[in-house]
Amino acid sequence: MTILVVAEHDNQHLKAATRHVLAAAQAIGGEVHLLVAGQHCAAVAEAARALSGVACVLLVENDALESAGAECMADLVLSLVHDYTHLLAAASASGKNWMPRVAALLDVAQLSDIVRVDAPDTFTRPIYAGSVWATVRSEDTIKVITVRATAFEAVAETGGSARLQKVDATSDAGLSRRTHLALNDSSRPELESARVVVSGGRGLGSAERFSALLEPLADKLNAALGASRAAVDSGYVSNDYQVGQTGKIVAPDLYIAVGISGAIQHLAGMKASRVIVAINKDPDAPIFAVADYGLVGDLNQVVPELTSAL
Amino acid sequence: MKVLVPVKRVLDYNIKARPKADGSGVELSGLKMSMNPFDEIAMEAAIRLKEAGQVSEIIAISCGTQACQETLRTALALGADRAVLVETDEALQPLAVAKLLKVLVLREQPRLVICGKQAIDDDANQTGQMLAALLGWAQATFASRIELGTDHASVTREIDGGLETLSITLPAVITTDLRLNEPRYATLPNIMKAKKKPLETLTPADLGVDVTSRLTLLKVAEPPARQGGIKVNDVAELLDKLKNEAKVI
Ligand SMILES: Cc1cc2nc3c(=O)[nH]c(=O)nc-3n(C[C@H](O)[C@H](O)[C@H](O)COP(=O)(O)OP(=O)(O)OC[C@H]3O[C@@H](n4cnc5c(N)ncnc54)[C@H](O)[C@@H]3O)c2cc1C
Repeated sequence: MTILVVAEHDNQHLKAATRHVLAAAQAIGGEVHLLVAGQHCAAVAEAARALSGVACVLLVENDALESAGAECMADLVLSLVHDYTHLLAAASASGKNWMPRVAALLDVAQLSDIVRVDAPDTFTRPIYAGSVWATVRSEDTIKVITVRATAFEAVAETGGSARLQKVDATSDAGLSRRTHLALNDSSRPELESARVVVSGGRGLGSAERFSALLEPLADKLNAALGASRAAVDSGYVSNDYQVGQTGKIVAPDLYIAVGISGAIQHLAGMKASRVIVAINKDPDAPIFAVADYGLVGDLNQVVPELTSAL
Repeated sequence: MKVLVPVKRVLDYNIKARPKADGSGVELSGLKMSMNPFDEIAMEAAIRLKEAGQVSEIIAISCGTQACQETLRTALALGADRAVLVETDEALQPLAVAKLLKVLVLREQPRLVICGKQAIDDDANQTGQMLAALLGWAQATFASRIELGTDHASVTREIDGGLETLSITLPAVITTDLRLNEPRYATLPNIMKAKKKPLETLTPADLGVDVTSRLTLLKVAEPPARQGGIKVNDVAELLDKLKNEAKVI
């Protein structure tokens, strides 16, 4: 078995998710190769050689890959994947975008968002917003898989000494072009990999109160900020804060849910956190069923009190 | 321009799914089924483009059992002009659905397919991308804004760090995210009118597609349960627990 993992990076740094996907690859077994594809991303590939358990880093540099459009990425990966038994990437906005194209062009099924490796051909994945887990066996010759990063402990950043192989590959279908990119620059830790997440819901009532109450708390805890769908839809924060079935999946050491009722779609994104705290004025809110520590009260009082006591 | 909108019949989003007692699948009998919420958003997007005069015809398609007729009638009541059911009792995987849709695209020649980004039952998030690949078309997934031109569409997408806008060549596949629009409800007069709109039924064999699953479902089970927690009385007790019991701060 030889496994190809596709790295997630921003042409400068490897994203943490990659090390979790490598852990899933190692749970499958066999030799693991890592593809770093991008624009001027040699430094990323060089750093990736040290990752624990990687035998070979494949580097593809191509200007068309700067924005890693799905058509481009899929064509590139397709041209490299034929000698492998498994193809893995993170179930991130990026992996979800291009991976199904590869599966379709290989004429194989894709296993999305796996949380467990049961055998090299058998995997478990959450369905129905994580209310149930399905264990599925694939008969395909190449297993195409996206991995839920939070379900696998990251491999070590050091200790490896992978060989580096440059690959020439051009791909530009010319079908799509990025015309604008609006990234929210934040000095906070990345939501998916933060140790502490402070998340707000509709109970915050407005964008002003969301930031006035939750930012100081997050500052004290060096936490990332998250939100429920209702908070995003109401415009308190932008879309990339959404935690849940159809947003981001997080599993920090500490998740503090403020003014969030705990709909299944929200729980789907944070239920695997180590410790969950819920602050809600409704003692019957479903969020309390998954909270280790629940505090019934008005968030307008409780949150400032908590912040100043820290 | 013609637009094709695939719609899936799924367990209503308000119902918590449970495994069948023998673990062979998810219990669905007697439970409320609805149109996948992301497909409602896709329908709404198509209808607004039609209302704006940019789209001439909306064709709704569903692949699944006979009961999917109900979902298609909903689509017709919302504003689809006609519907196609690809009827089968096989449990369909996204790849099979993408292959069925491909044949229908070749038959109908739409310039745009608008899909939901994921179905809330299997949470696969694959079908739109697979369809685009099989057709060799551009794709724009997770759309929160669509501006349609004649040869291109400008689509804003929800990505991990924020938003990205793509200019994609038509024909193309777009998949919808939550913020694209707020879907309307079907009105009673429109529900009545929908009964008279054309609904064609085909089978996978008619379309020459083998829909045999490549995946074997071995079992469906409850996920590992979380230990129930406690309620604390005040901030002081919460801090004490976080510091001394959970040791997370
Ligand atoms: C297709 C689909 C996908 C979805 N995907 C997601 C997803 O990915 N993530 C997600 O989060 N949701 C998702 N949802 C939405 C989900 O069903 C809920 O509607 C949403 O999570 C509710 O957000 P909320 O808890 O902030 O709001 P509400 O349910 O309105 O809860 C607000 C809570 O705040 C409390 N509150 C109000 N005022 C105060 C106060 N002063 N002090 C303390 N507490 C207070 C209330 O008691 C209440 O419990 C999805 C829904 C659908 C249909």
